Amino acid sequence: MTNLEIKHIAGASVPIQGNDIDTDRIIPARFLKEITFEHMGNYLFHDERMAPDGSQTDHPLNLPKFKGASIMIVGNNFGCGSSREHAAQAVLRYGIKAIIGESYSEIFSGNCKNIGIPTLIVTPIIQKALTKMALAFPDAPLHIDLETLTLTTSGNTYPISLPKEWQHAFLNGTWNATYTLKANIALIKQKDQELPY
Amino acid sequence: MLQNTILKNNMPTTMSQHTLYDKVWDTHKVTTLATGQDQLFIGLHLIHEVTTPQAFSSLKESDSKVIFPHRTFATVDHIIPTASQARPYQDAQAEAMASALEKNVKEFGIRFFDISTAKQGIVHVIGPELGLTRPGMTIACGDSHTSTHGAFGSLAFGIGTSEVQMVLETQTLALKRLKVRRISVTGNLQKGVYAKDVILKIIQTLGVKGGIGYAYEFGGPVIDAMSMEERMTICNMSIEGGARIGYINPDETTYAYIQNREFAPKGPVFDQQKKYWESIKSDLNAVYDDTVVINGNDLTPMVTWGITPGQAIGVNDNIPSLDDFDKDDQSTVEHAYRYMGFTPKSPIKGTPINVAFIGSCTNSRISDLREAAKILKNKTIHPNVRALVVPGSQQVKRQAEAEGLHEIFKAAGADWREAGCSMCLAMNPDRLVGNEICASTSNRNFMGRQGSSTGRTILMSPAMVAAAAIEGCITDVREYL
Repeated sequence: MTNLEIKHIAGASVPIQGNDIDTDRIIPARFLKEITFEHMGNYLFHDERMAPDGSQTDHPLNLPKFKGASIMIVGNNFGCGSSREHAAQAVLRYGIKAIIGESYSEIFSGNCKNIGIPTLIVTPIIQKALTKMALAFPDAPLHIDLETLTLTTSGNTYPISLPKEWQHAFLNGTWNATYTLKANIALIKQKDQELPY
Repeated sequence: MLQNTILKNNMPTTMSQHTLYDKVWDTHKVTTLATGQDQLFIGLHLIHEVTTPQAFSSLKESDSKVIFPHRTFATVDHIIPTASQARPYQDAQAEAMASALEKNVKEFGIRFFDISTAKQGIVHVIGPELGLTRPGMTIACGDSHTSTHGAFGSLAFGIGTSEVQMVLETQTLALKRLKVRRISVTGNLQKGVYAKDVILKIIQTLGVKGGIGYAYEFGGPVIDAMSMEERMTICNMSIEGGARIGYINPDETTYAYIQNREFAPKGPVFDQQKKYWESIKSDLNAVYDDTVVINGNDLTPMVTWGITPGQAIGVNDNIPSLDDFDKDDQSTVEHAYRYMGFTPKSPIKGTPINVAFIGSCTNSRISDLREAAKILKNKTIHPNVRALVVPGSQQVKRQAEAEGLHEIFKAAGADWREAGCSMCLAMNPDRLVGNEICASTSNRNFMGRQGSSTGRTILMSPAMVAAAAIEGCITDVREYL
């Protein structure tokens, strides 16, 4: 199980500016008709990256300077709306390993957690500083330490936060809880019998 | 607007005590996990075609079984065409999704409300309709509007596909307790003001992120007086306010709705169950993490003007100006002006519409169709508007037809369709074209939501959509009553 432990993440960042970015924007519903997640990375922010006439927009994911970025910097209430795990899968399969933002929809951040993407929280001031730095120095790598809950870039260190239950899960490689849950099969069967319905 | 944005996902322990949320959680708690999360038993699992195929594939790859197949029920709703439900579907991807679900439910022994059962419909319409949804349950479904079922006093919430797999394999999830916010709606609603207006007002007041970290308990005289279908509209949109769970304490209205439904307990078992349902209600001395009061007397018909369900105003109000908002919300507001093509401080009333959509898990039940039909009776839909009425389930459709509502809709010039999610999210052929404006009874006015990347959605009640369809523009339905 040790290979599932997530303690450190490093990479360049891409800022996705704006609040209340919903999962319909992250991945439009028409791409949910595939019965596997395999191609979801191709559809990340599809309708924002492509104009109605088929040309590429100036969305950050289209800009050469952000190619290869593996950390996404977002605003408030990121991932609100639909429970579609396709949104988290699109982020993962595009190549994003962590998200840093001010707040997240609970279903979206839970979906990310379940597939190994930490959704980290920073204060608005730090969020703005990180966005500014990513725009000015897109190649500057960020180093995320989930043990100390800190982020280091260009010589500065910032506090980040994560629910402690999720920190535990990442550090111990149990972010997908299936095995953990299955271990309690006897208790589950007992609860099934005890329930009043 | 409520501002509690900083580090809210990392709030310490919750405070609520003796609420329905606390009691139902404790009843379903299996154990505490090493992470500190609780392992919570999911009493009822509802599934549909879009968010499950990958979960079943994983199950097959690991040679796993569904632990309690009798606790999962399936239907098909998102991708289903509403012009005709005949198979095979013209959309090969939709056909593949439907076939995958059929194979999976067969292989794993799951009860499936397919077209042929005459009980198919939107998962959040058929659960209650069949008597599957009951108080004191934990209910999960791979769909964010699962909060709908909270209207019965259950803890019901949307999950992702990885969690669908966990529920199939273990009937449990690893979760952390939420805080509980009591939202009381006092007074009486004016004529022409509906459940949809109440929930849009709540979201406008508390914001689309105000509910993050919370379960919402709705109560007070206005909620107490509501039918179960109205309560479902309220709880349905909890998630639009950021709350993954919304619920209402069960009462005689709840029990009367459940009694005699197909899967509801019968006879002495019903009476025994009712004791359990009564026992899980929030106590009078319950402690909440937060309390909010909304005055129902003041409410008017609501419409959205922007790109989030919180960007809503009374139909007679002007579109707000930028400085009406906190700095933090201003970028979304500016984005909304641009996308919608609306001007701050101008009226929303009179805005021309191209499409009228009556349907979705928010407002496609029989009472919704009756309200819309009342307005449309002996009227003609404006020639510039195409109108679509999509019943929430095959049972709702039959009931509407028995009452002759379909004739009213058709005579007015609307399309009367088969049951499904339809133009709420446009995974089937029902969609906006270009930057059309749709007056819609659905739940999300997100950019591109209704199937066109430039399409525009204005959310409102079924009666308001009916009035807008007749006038060809946003109208105050109270002028029709």
